[in-house]
Amino acid sequence: MTDLSALQLVWFILIAVLWIGYLTLEGFDFGVGMLLPILGRAKTTDPTDIADAERRKRVMLNTIGPVWDGNEVWVLTAGGATFAAFPQWYATLFSGFYLALALILVALILRGMGLDYRHKVNDDTWRKRWDLAITGGSFLAALLWGVGLTNIVYGTPIKPNPAVAGDYIFDGTLLTLLGPVPLLGGLTFVALFLTHGAFFIALKTDGPIRHEARALGIRAGLVSAVLAVALLLLIGLKHGSLVFWIGTAVAAVALLAGIAMAAKAREGWAFIGTFAAIAFAVVAYFGALFPNAMPSTLGDANSLTLAAASSTPTTLTIMTWAAAIFTPIVLVYTGWTYWVFRKRLAVHHIPEPVAIH
Amino acid sequence: MNALDLARWQFAITTVYHFLFVPITIGLTALIAVMQTFWHRGGDERWLRLTKFFGKLFMINFALGLVTGIVQEFQFGMNWSLYSRFVGDIFGAPLAFEALLAFFLESTFLGLWIFGWDRLPKRIHLASIWLVHLGTVFSAFFILAANSFMQNPVGYTFNPTTNRAELSDFLAVLTNEVQLVTFPHVLMGAYMTAGGFLMGIALYHLRRQALDHGPDVSMYRKAVRLGAIVSLVASLGVIVSGDVQGKVMTTYQPMKMAAAEALYETRSNAPFSVLTIGGLDGASARPIIEVPGLLSFLGTGSFSGEIKGINDLQAAYAGKYGSAALTQSASYVPTIWLTYWNFRLMMGAGFVTMFFAALALWKTRGDGVVTGGMWKHIAIWTPLLPVFANSFGWIFTEVGRQPWIVNGMMTTASGVSSTVGASSVLISMVIFTLLYGALAVVEVKLLLRYIKPGAVPVAAPIDPADRTDDAPLVFAY
Repeated sequence: MTDLSALQLVWFILIAVLWIGYLTLEGFDFGVGMLLPILGRAKTTDPTDIADAERRKRVMLNTIGPVWDGNEVWVLTAGGATFAAFPQWYATLFSGFYLALALILVALILRGMGLDYRHKVNDDTWRKRWDLAITGGSFLAALLWGVGLTNIVYGTPIKPNPAVAGDYIFDGTLLTLLGPVPLLGGLTFVALFLTHGAFFIALKTDGPIRHEARALGIRAGLVSAVLAVALLLLIGLKHGSLVFWIGTAVAAVALLAGIAMAAKAREGWAFIGTFAAIAFAVVAYFGALFPNAMPSTLGDANSLTLAAASSTPTTLTIMTWAAAIFTPIVLVYTGWTYWVFRKRLAVHHIPEPVAIH
Repeated sequence: MNALDLARWQFAITTVYHFLFVPITIGLTALIAVMQTFWHRGGDERWLRLTKFFGKLFMINFALGLVTGIVQEFQFGMNWSLYSRFVGDIFGAPLAFEALLAFFLESTFLGLWIFGWDRLPKRIHLASIWLVHLGTVFSAFFILAANSFMQNPVGYTFNPTTNRAELSDFLAVLTNEVQLVTFPHVLMGAYMTAGGFLMGIALYHLRRQALDHGPDVSMYRKAVRLGAIVSLVASLGVIVSGDVQGKVMTTYQPMKMAAAEALYETRSNAPFSVLTIGGLDGASARPIIEVPGLLSFLGTGSFSGEIKGINDLQAAYAGKYGSAALTQSASYVPTIWLTYWNFRLMMGAGFVTMFFAALALWKTRGDGVVTGGMWKHIAIWTPLLPVFANSFGWIFTEVGRQPWIVNGMMTTASGVSSTVGASSVLISMVIFTLLYGALAVVEVKLLLRYIKPGAVPVAAPIDPADRTDDAPLVFAY
């Protein structure tokens, strides 16, 4: 079980694609959530300013309103596909990163509830609480996905389970996951998603918020560029491969180009820049991971390889057919949804709050 | 409590909680789609008001179903890693299919439906809610295929080299005999639940309107009748599929059938006790009302059929499974009081709902209304009873499978994550329980706030062609 079959390679790539889908799409949702208190801050305590700030918050939330739930499905699909295509990877990873994942779940629950419930009652306290859930949940989820994924790639104490043949276990605790490089990974994800979210708002809104978002995105983008370069160099020194370095180079160029485009007020291109930067950062991550599913810090022989983690050819074949038929369909209707809601939003599009108090 | 017990509690809490919202989601998308279709076809504004009203209630409920669903997908790997690695080759595929075929469809088209009233042509907007419903049905199909594998593993072979079960026939997994009866049973249960939800809330408003001589009596009567008809027809489907399920269960999980009745000794013409006082240990039970031969009939289709008793099955299983690590267990008997009472509570809650539905239909025939004080209580109970019936049914099904995680193949004890300590499970369980509890309070309060004003008059949707770019959004966060 050392050689990787073509089917296993296909599924490794498909899981990378699902993560690209998740992080490029939910990445800007997280960014919007984190930017809520920043771009939606009232400049003075004047009631007019406070009312205006509330309308700006609602503009931001409505840019992601129709799509955030669909964006989140990408991670469910990534989870399901990992379970089906690499069950040992799913088993070792999810049990190993137990508390970190539980925290991610809490963050996603709070954020999702906030998005769904915030507008349902016209009450300041109600809104404030859900704002906290949205912003806190978005920040925590972005940070922890960064920490988690960087841990997978950078390596964790993985070893074969002496008690169960074929099983691999994570020999550590929550603290094991909080090493400097994974923490840098978390911060990089946060900065990147802030940038991505800001460019998304700049692209999807009109009025003062559009310009504020763009300016903020440029600053956040420069911070992300510094963080990302440091992070990818640290990972590359340990796990560099051709695919990793190509992914890193393209991601870096895309991010800088995106920032430059934002500076020229080309918002569409700026967003494409951060989109590509995130996508190619995932390519770099998966390039560094290959041919392991979870490299071990306890010596190469202990690493969980993709081949050892994989399902049978029977399962992979069935899954390949399903993916080949249904992924294009999903992409078509997802793309169509973005087209339906393509118009920019401004404060004058925001209706009165609901009459429920 | 050790990590295994805690992991079992955690699964019970997160899953029962999640499934409170699921049947309403499945059934209510269909009912909303039906009401919107009535409006679309006939132009009757009352159906539009009802569509929008129940659409809001649906979204309040859906939010919780959605966020707690993510936990479901992750917790197999988190708490049951040895199970996940052992059956992942078979069990993972339906979950991946569910995400790819169902979740994307549901989420994307729900977004389109909620935000799309003034953005989409009427026809496409209507199609969106039907597609959401289709997504929920796909979702039910795949997750039940996965669960049916746990009840009755088929389509696999054991590979000693990889030390796991591996898929040999995917079609067999999808057409598992247990799946073929469970899927309609659960789907009909969902329609029954949503019918009860619609009927109960509409009954509350119908009674208020009738007492106040309000203008919307006829609208709420329509809603009551739609809910009652759906609930009644679906409950017949529940009964028929449940009857077949009993026979399939007797074949593949005889212990569960014996546990449903607390039948200790193998016998033909086995009775069914409606109620029992005293213990269910096989010695001190005192059935209050007993129907001779009914258990035999439920299990075999014949009043004189033989039903295996717990004692014989325990002895047989101890001999058959007692030597291998994955299958050995101190006892092969599930927790009898849970199976016995949940089985009865499930049926009882279902029958009471049916009765209320029939009564409501009878009272609202012609120009009939409900005014009596009793109807206030019926209005509260009809949405709740089917929800409880679903929970009772699942608790029966899952507890009745114990000690197995996969029937006859792997015990629950051997599927738990070996490296997750009791403290980790406890921490996450406390967090989830507190969070879920708090969210339940918020949800119920919010639902009540939204139920109270009722299906208020709404503006007719604007055709997207007539919409100006500067017009405010019809629906906004």
